[in-house]
Amino acid sequence: MTDPVLRIENLTVEIRTRTGVAPVIDDLSFRVDTGRTLALVGESGCGKSMTALAIMGLLPRGIGRIVRGSILLGAEDLATTSPARMRSIRGNEIGMIFQEPMTSLNPVYSVGEQISEVLRAHQGMGRKAAWSMAIELLDAVHIPNPSLRVSDYPFQMSGGQRQRVMIAIALACRPRVLIADEPTTALDVTVQAQIFDLLKDLQRDTGTAIILITHDMGAVTEMADEMIVMYAGRMAEAGPVEAVISRPRHPYTRGLISCVPHLGAIVDDDRPLLTEIPGIVPGLGQFGQDRCLFASRCELSDSHCRSARPAAYAITDGHSAACWQAGGAA
Amino acid sequence: MNHLGTFLIRMGNAAVLLGSVLVLNFLLIHMAPGDVADTIAQSMGGADAEVMAQIRAEYRLDDPFLVQLTRYIGNVLRFDLGHSYFYNEPVTDLILRRLPATLLLVVTAQVLALLVGIILGVYSSRNPRGIFSHLITALSLFGFSAPVFWTGLLLLIALSLRLPLFPVAGMVDPTLDGGVWVRALDIAHHMVLPVLALSSIFLALYSRLSRASMMEVLESDYIRTAEAKGLGNTKVVYKHALKNAVSPVITLAGLQFSAVVSGAVVVETVFSWPGLGTLAFEAILARDTPTILGILFFSSLVVIVGNLLTDAAHRLVDPRLRRRG
Repeated sequence: MTDPVLRIENLTVEIRTRTGVAPVIDDLSFRVDTGRTLALVGESGCGKSMTALAIMGLLPRGIGRIVRGSILLGAEDLATTSPARMRSIRGNEIGMIFQEPMTSLNPVYSVGEQISEVLRAHQGMGRKAAWSMAIELLDAVHIPNPSLRVSDYPFQMSGGQRQRVMIAIALACRPRVLIADEPTTALDVTVQAQIFDLLKDLQRDTGTAIILITHDMGAVTEMADEMIVMYAGRMAEAGPVEAVISRPRHPYTRGLISCVPHLGAIVDDDRPLLTEIPGIVPGLGQFGQDRCLFASRCELSDSHCRSARPAAYAITDGHSAACWQAGGAA
Repeated sequence: MNHLGTFLIRMGNAAVLLGSVLVLNFLLIHMAPGDVADTIAQSMGGADAEVMAQIRAEYRLDDPFLVQLTRYIGNVLRFDLGHSYFYNEPVTDLILRRLPATLLLVVTAQVLALLVGIILGVYSSRNPRGIFSHLITALSLFGFSAPVFWTGLLLLIALSLRLPLFPVAGMVDPTLDGGVWVRALDIAHHMVLPVLALSSIFLALYSRLSRASMMEVLESDYIRTAEAKGLGNTKVVYKHALKNAVSPVITLAGLQFSAVVSGAVVVETVFSWPGLGTLAFEAILARDTPTILGILFFSSLVVIVGNLLTDAAHRLVDPRLRRRG
C-alpha cells in the first residue's frame, strides 16, 4: 500500500447556529492514496461538502471552525496552518471542482484568463506562458479548438464545457488532491459519463488522488475505489466500494443502495418501483448526541442504539460500519 | 451585428431623441406665459398694446407657432441657436463660454461620487458589521436626505465663513496672476465646496448600491471558485467581485447623470459658479427665450452623451453585452 497523500484524523467541525453550536462533522477519519479515488456519500446536509470546505480551509468565516482533529497533507497539518500557507496550497496542491458549472466561473473574464491566473498565482508563470499553458490545458480536457476557445467567455460555453474548464483550473497546477463536489449533478447523463471518463484519464496521467463527493451511487461505482457513507456528520460505513456495495452492513447504507432504481429490474413486493428510507435526517440540534443518530429511522434499532454512540466495527480488512447491529448480524 | 453598426444605430437614436427634445422644449417655452416683450416693457416702465405688438413684430414673435418652430429648427441645423435678447450676443458663444465651467463641476462631482462611493461601498461590504461600515451608512443616509442647496449652504457657513479655508463664491480669483498651474490650483481651490455639495447626494447613492451589490456578489459561486484557486483577498475582492458588482452602479450613475446636471444648476446658484446653471437662472428671469432653449438643448446633449458613455462603460465591463462579429 502506498503512502496516503491526505489523512484526516478525528476531524470535528462545529458550526454556530442560532440555537448553539452543532458538530456538522463529528470525529471523522479517512485517508486517500495517490492515484486513488475516495467517494464521500450521503444525503444533503450530512457533512460531505463541509468536509471538503474544511480541507480547503474555506469554512464560512465566523460560523464554522475545526475544533478537533487534523488534516494531514503529507506531514503538514492543514487544520493548524497559517492562512497565507493555506492560500498557497489551495488551487496548487489541492484543487476543487464545484457542483454548479453554470455559476462557478466568473462571467466577466475569459476562460483563458481564469485558467492562467491560477498558474500565475502558484507557478510563477508569466502572462504569455500561462496563456499558452491554458490552451494546452483546454486541449487536455478535450475542448475542441482550444486556441480559439481560450478567449471565450463562460456564457459562450455549454454546461459540460464549463465543467471541463473548471477541471482544467483545478488540475492546472497538478495538485496532489482533487476534491470534486458533485461535479456532474447539474449535467446531462451523457455529459456526466464524459466528465467521469475525463477525470479518470487525467488521474491516470497525473496520479492525483480524488475525493468525490456525491449522492449518486452510480457515480460511486463508476469512479471510486473506496467509499465512506456519511450520516449526520458521522461516518456510517467505510470500505472498498466493491465490498460496501455488495455487502453493506450499516442499515443506512443498505437503504441508500436500495433507493437506486434499476432499469429492467423485476418489480415485486420485495423490490417496489421506488424505495425510500422512512423518516427524515435529524436536525442540527440533535447532531453530536451520544446515540446512533440513524436509530429513529432504523427498523433494527433497540434501546442500546438510542443510548450510546456506536463505534466503528471492523468487518473485514478496511471495511467497517458504525452500527451496534452490524456486529450481531455478522 | 458589428461594432460600427451598433454605434451607428445608437447615434441615430440619439439624433432622433435630440430632435424630439428640441421640438418639446420649443413647445413648452411657447406655452409658458410671458415673453421678452413683457420684460422690455417692464424695463421701459410700461408700454401700451401698440408698442408691445411692435416689439413682438420686431422679434418676429407674432408669426404662427409652426412658422416659428420651423425657423428655429432650421437655424439649429445650421448650428445657429439664435441671439440672446438679454445679453445681446449669439447664444452659442454665450453657452460655449459657460459650458466648460459646468462640465468641470458636473464631471468632477460625478467621478468623485463614483470613485469614493464605490470605495466606501466595497469597504463596508467586506466588514458589514464593523463600526466604520455603520458610520458610512449613517453618512450616506445624511447625504441622501439633505437637499443639495442646504448642504451647499452648510458647507459655506462651516468651511468658508467660520473657518475661512475656501472661497465663498466664483470660480477664479481675478486679482491673481501667475502661470497655468497657479490658475489651475486656484480653480481647484474654488471647486472644492461646490463639488462636495453636488457630489454628496450621489456619493450616498453610489456607496449604498455598491455595498448591496458587493455583498450579493461576494456570496456567489465564482467567488468561492476564486478562493479555492488560492488567490489573495485583494484579488478576490477587487478583481473577481468588483468587476461584477459595478454593473448596477454604472446603470444608476447613467440614470443619475441628468440629476447631476440639474443639481449643478442649484449648486452654481448657491456658489455663484459661472456656469450654465447661473446663466439659465438669469435667462429665465429675463424671459430670454433663445438662451433658455439653447441651454436646454446643450443640457440634453450632455445627458445624451452621458448615456452613450454609460453604455460604453457597460460594454467594457460585461463581455455578455459585447457581440462578436
